[in-house]
Amino acid sequence: MGSIAMSTSVPQRLTYREACKQAIRDALLADPRTFVMGEDVGKYGGCYGVTKGLLEEFGPERIVDTPLAENGFVGVGIGAAMAGLRPIVEIMTCNFSLLALDQILNNAATIPHMSGGQFAVPLVIRMATGGGRQLGAQHSHSLEGWFAHIPGLKVLAPGTVEDARFMLARALADPNPVLIFEHIVLYNAEATLDSNVKSVDIQHARLMHAGAGGRADVSLITYGNSLPKCLNAAHILASDGIVAEVLDLRVLRPLDEAAIFDSVRRTRRCVIVDEGWKSGSISAEIAARLAEHAFFDLDAPIARICAREVPMPYAEHLEEAALPKVADIVREAHRLVRSN
Amino acid sequence: METGKVVQWLVQPGAQVRSGDVVAVVETHKGAIDVEIFLDGIIEDLVPLDVELKVGALLAHVRVAGELAATAQPATPLPHPNPAPSLVGAAVPTVAPTAPAPGSYVTKSSPAARKRARELGIDINAIGGSGINGAITVSDVERAAAAAASVPTPASPRRLHGFDPDQMRLAIATAMARSKREIPHYYLATTVDMRTALEWLHAYNKGSPITKRITTGVLLVKAAALALREVPELNGFWRDGRAVLSSEIHAGNAISIRGGGLIAPAIHNTDTLPLSTLMQALSELVRRARSGGLRSSEITDSTITFTSLGDRGVEAVFGVIYPPQLALVGFGSIVERAWAINGHVGVHPVVTITLAADHRASDGHCGALYLAAISRLLQTPEAL
Repeated sequence: MGSIAMSTSVPQRLTYREACKQAIRDALLADPRTFVMGEDVGKYGGCYGVTKGLLEEFGPERIVDTPLAENGFVGVGIGAAMAGLRPIVEIMTCNFSLLALDQILNNAATIPHMSGGQFAVPLVIRMATGGGRQLGAQHSHSLEGWFAHIPGLKVLAPGTVEDARFMLARALADPNPVLIFEHIVLYNAEATLDSNVKSVDIQHARLMHAGAGGRADVSLITYGNSLPKCLNAAHILASDGIVAEVLDLRVLRPLDEAAIFDSVRRTRRCVIVDEGWKSGSISAEIAARLAEHAFFDLDAPIARICAREVPMPYAEHLEEAALPKVADIVREAHRLVRSN
Repeated sequence: METGKVVQWLVQPGAQVRSGDVVAVVETHKGAIDVEIFLDGIIEDLVPLDVELKVGALLAHVRVAGELAATAQPATPLPHPNPAPSLVGAAVPTVAPTAPAPGSYVTKSSPAARKRARELGIDINAIGGSGINGAITVSDVERAAAAAASVPTPASPRRLHGFDPDQMRLAIATAMARSKREIPHYYLATTVDMRTALEWLHAYNKGSPITKRITTGVLLVKAAALALREVPELNGFWRDGRAVLSSEIHAGNAISIRGGGLIAPAIHNTDTLPLSTLMQALSELVRRARSGGLRSSEITDSTITFTSLGDRGVEAVFGVIYPPQLALVGFGSIVERAWAINGHVGVHPVVTITLAADHRASDGHCGALYLAAISRLLQTPEAL
């Protein structure tokens, strides 16, 4: 046995980073076809420390350090998946995924279609996303909304320790390419796992904070690191007498439209919180779908809180100013609900 | 008012119509009104009778002369013996049942509020909004519905001379509630010595055949209309947060309807009519209002409202402005009172004239000038 306590009957308190690592370790133990590949995943232990210790436990054939060549090693991952392996490819930050965009879009997402279903691509790509740790404009953006544009991909955004712990197994079980966006600020988040939960689905959004008796005043629709901000905002709003539902999208492609529409039909108002840039974002997509399908249920304009449309600043105070804040969410919710 | 239906077409499809012709009788909850046409041309595609239509719905197409020519020069009206029916789809002028009623205005409301209002049968233009920028929300609609539900359910509609009294009551309720909710009224009153006016009127009537005689009310209406030329700030509408004054003076005259209700149709260009014409116009208006033959423009064009409760023996009436108008003038009974002039007390006939005006648009000073002008004009009745 490795160093990690694997008892499943005792409630376990752990970090999001540790949850990611346990998920990978579980997968490596469960299926010999699984391996990890990426920049600095082996000797260095992952630039965010997720794979620390795995090289020692599983050896260099299953924990593979690659050159700085995203298009190359993602292509290798696609080939391995097509040939029957179950690769977990790590891209250090989603900014770098653009180097591999050709492989992701033109091969991973497309080959099952181009081959008439003869080839599946059971590939999982994990990447770090988001800002808030002063890593500058080339390591801090949220590009998951772009990937959610692409048919043929599934795009996951774990916003809880539980999802970080259990989404990977489902992603590996999926015959199609699945992208997992792990938020860099969430790696240090801690939670106690429910010992009864052994798996999660990768189809549905999840209501994280519901109204009392089915009544609520506003839906906060979000994912990733904006989820804890929305939960925080919901608590503040509750003390102001405003009941907010918080919907964790979890899966950005395909979007769980039913959950979004259900929530907005209950509350008739929504604030979409998305750390991506507002123009052409996943928040824009959600707002458009609400306008298309839930127009007559809206009692207030749709509100969005997104990152400021600038390259993410390095300076701490500027970075903070560029990212969605709890106070912004509270203010927008008040604006939509006030005086009713 | 949201809907109406054509109860009679006064023209046949294909008939030549001219601007000002009355072409149809439309029944609304304000009563049966005659619909005028504002175009010259061939009328066709008449809607069927007795079908409930929304305000703004198409009643008919009027093909104006210019459309009959080829599309090259649509602006040039050309007489044409054989209208080409194939041109009807292009930018055809249309006739709506009525112009937007005074009091109807575009309100911001959420999609959900509009849907809820339809479900509950609430007129969304008749309620106030509490949402962003005053938009009407679902809770505003539900509050209005709850308030409406607490009013006893009206009995089945009774028709009196083309009016539906319950519908009319509802229209009055909507307009008056909006007025008192939105318009900050201020009130002024003045008592006017009517001795000179009545003596002049007596002499005038003595020399006229009975059919040509005029009443005191006509003098008051004429004087009040003329005074608006001096104080135009009271003549017009409050729209989009500002006063929009009217260069023409169309006085709406409140007429009570037997069996309940009230309507204030306009006499167009009241200030320009000679007394005898005004007398005829007033009698005609009362007759048609009570028998249900008002024209749409008479219902929608008033720029101010006059009300007289003198016949009922009250001395002063403090009125509620008919939105979006800016003012309402009230006339009380002419009564004899001890009246001091130059230190001498005599018995004079006097009348109390009141003004209710929108304080957003004008101030008391302006209202005072207006009442003073009426009072002065009534001292030279021969000039009216």
